[in-house]
Amino acid sequence: MTDGAPISGSLRNRLVAILVGGAAVLALLLFFAIRGYATQVAQQGQDSILGAAVTSILDAAAIRFGTVELDIPYASFSMLTTEADDRVFHAVWQDGQFLSGYEALPPAATTGDRLPVYRTVEFAGAPVRLVTASRTLIGADQRTRITVALAQTQDALAGTLQGISRNAALFGAGFFALATMLAFWATSTTIGQLSRLTTSVTRRGPQDLSPFVKPVPAEMGPLVASLNSLMGRLDHSLTQSEDFIAEAAHRVRTPLATVRSYAEATLQRVDKEENRKALRSMVRAIDESSRAASQLLDHAMITFRADHLDRHDIDLVDLVQELVLRLTPIADMRDLDLRVDAAGPVTCSADPILLQNAIRNILDNALKYSPPDGVVDIRVRADPLPCIEICDQGRGFPGDSLDSLAGRFTRGENSQGIIGSGLGLTIAKDVATAHGGALRLSNRPEGGACVSLSL
Amino acid sequence: MKFLLVEDNPELAEAVLSRMKIDGHVIDHAPTLDDAFAFADTGEYDLILLDIMLPDGDGRSFLKRHRAGEHDTPVIVLTARSQVSDRIGLLDLGADDYVTKPFDHAELEARCRAVLRRRAGSAQTVTELGGVVFDPVAGQLTVRGNVVALRNRELRLLELLIRAPGQIFSKQKLADRLFSYDDDVSENAIEVYIGRLRRHLGASDLKITTLRSLGYRLDHD
Repeated sequence: MTDGAPISGSLRNRLVAILVGGAAVLALLLFFAIRGYATQVAQQGQDSILGAAVTSILDAAAIRFGTVELDIPYASFSMLTTEADDRVFHAVWQDGQFLSGYEALPPAATTGDRLPVYRTVEFAGAPVRLVTASRTLIGADQRTRITVALAQTQDALAGTLQGISRNAALFGAGFFALATMLAFWATSTTIGQLSRLTTSVTRRGPQDLSPFVKPVPAEMGPLVASLNSLMGRLDHSLTQSEDFIAEAAHRVRTPLATVRSYAEATLQRVDKEENRKALRSMVRAIDESSRAASQLLDHAMITFRADHLDRHDIDLVDLVQELVLRLTPIADMRDLDLRVDAAGPVTCSADPILLQNAIRNILDNALKYSPPDGVVDIRVRADPLPCIEICDQGRGFPGDSLDSLAGRFTRGENSQGIIGSGLGLTIAKDVATAHGGALRLSNRPEGGACVSLSL
Repeated sequence: MKFLLVEDNPELAEAVLSRMKIDGHVIDHAPTLDDAFAFADTGEYDLILLDIMLPDGDGRSFLKRHRAGEHDTPVIVLTARSQVSDRIGLLDLGADDYVTKPFDHAELEARCRAVLRRRAGSAQTVTELGGVVFDPVAGQLTVRGNVVALRNRELRLLELLIRAPGQIFSKQKLADRLFSYDDDVSENAIEVYIGRLRRHLGASDLKITTLRSLGYRLDHD
């Protein structure tokens, strides 16, 4: 059944969107955090080498004979050698006066002694890391302040950072992929609980109104509790209506039985033909209404049970024999023979109550339409499908309406004079359909109707 | 035959009683469960007709107690319930058969006959007359020592005639008893069955006489 409920959004989509979106944001954060941290660490590396180089240059400065001597040690530059052949620039100032190197290097206000100050600036068309440090030299009678600036391009650093960024990006993407998988898994596990509940509700037939007892997650508890209470109320009202139908049938049928019995008894005493005719019509009308009532009840029961067959493994031959035994007195009244032809047990899985009802309706028809002294043949076959075929020697089906006869309240054009409600074949057809089978109507070549019910 | 009818509805009971008496049966009526137990404990019945919904209880409890008390009197249940599950439950409880209200008297009679024949242990109501032995329960006619198998309608027709030899039965009356109300053919078909009975009775001293415009009569030479 797919009677749609109004739908607004999807829990699954919402959950997936939130979880995957969250994972994406986290992956980006992670990427930037790793890259930032790596940049910082790499920068620190460069800074400490630059610092060491500046310090070693400053250390080499000395005042000798009243002049400042600054011999830049070779090691100071060699320690700055990188794989990427980064360029190094230097400048030296004495008390703010430029002494040597690249004059364009911007001097920096240094604070303490030998405390290097680091900046990143643009120089010679490339970003450079600039470190500036000062040292106060004290001679015999003078004090002078030497400032050294050392700058290095950042090609090697940029290369390292690129590598780290790539790895961070891969790491972030991996994290994202994993988190997405986790999100789908978590979502389907959560939604799975709901679907399982849905399946167990769907699988139930209208007869199964017992409460759900399988444990469910705490969040679904209230839902299941209210479902169970709904089931309880439904069960109650169904039981009530079933009782009501049974009671109603009793209330209607008992007076009908009274009228019928009186009419029959009176018929035994009355001689006048017109009175007898009236009494006979009375009996027939009663039969008609009571038969309609039974078949309506049967039909209601079949509609009720068809969604949820109470299947058992049964022997069709047994079931037919039992029905035949039960119907023999009625057949006897009209001197009809019920002949059962079965090779052996035919087992199948079916709802015995529904099946009995269907076969009974077909047999009733066969008995009603058979001429006196006739034979009703009942064949039970196992191959290719379990099948029961009931053939009479009556007037047969009207040829042009074979397909429509199983419709509700449809009766053949040649059914005059025979009591019926037009529901018998409908019942048989509904039962066959509920079992995944079919009901086939045909006429025997030698005359008479054949109804075959296959499962 | 002796019947017990357990039925609380007075009109229906009255109708069944009068019809049963027409057929020449003896029938007691118990309107409640209590009465039913009292009747069943004291009287010997060939068959019990039992309604299910009674003012002081459920007919099924009678059935259960009746079977538990080792009574094997056959029971036919009269039920207004047509649910098949009900019917099956009744047979499980030991009912021999059931009819759904409103029932056809001929069907009730046929079912009684079938149940009695199946039981075959109850009192026999064999008639011996003019060289024939007729056992309506077994459905058997013996003419001068030869067993004749009777069809149901022949049997019912003979049963009517042999119970009242010398009485005139109109065609209509016989037709009403022999055919159900769905059969429009009835009255002329009676001649067919009379003809068959005449053939069966050929060797005996019994003879079916046709009385023009009056009906038929069984005569005993």
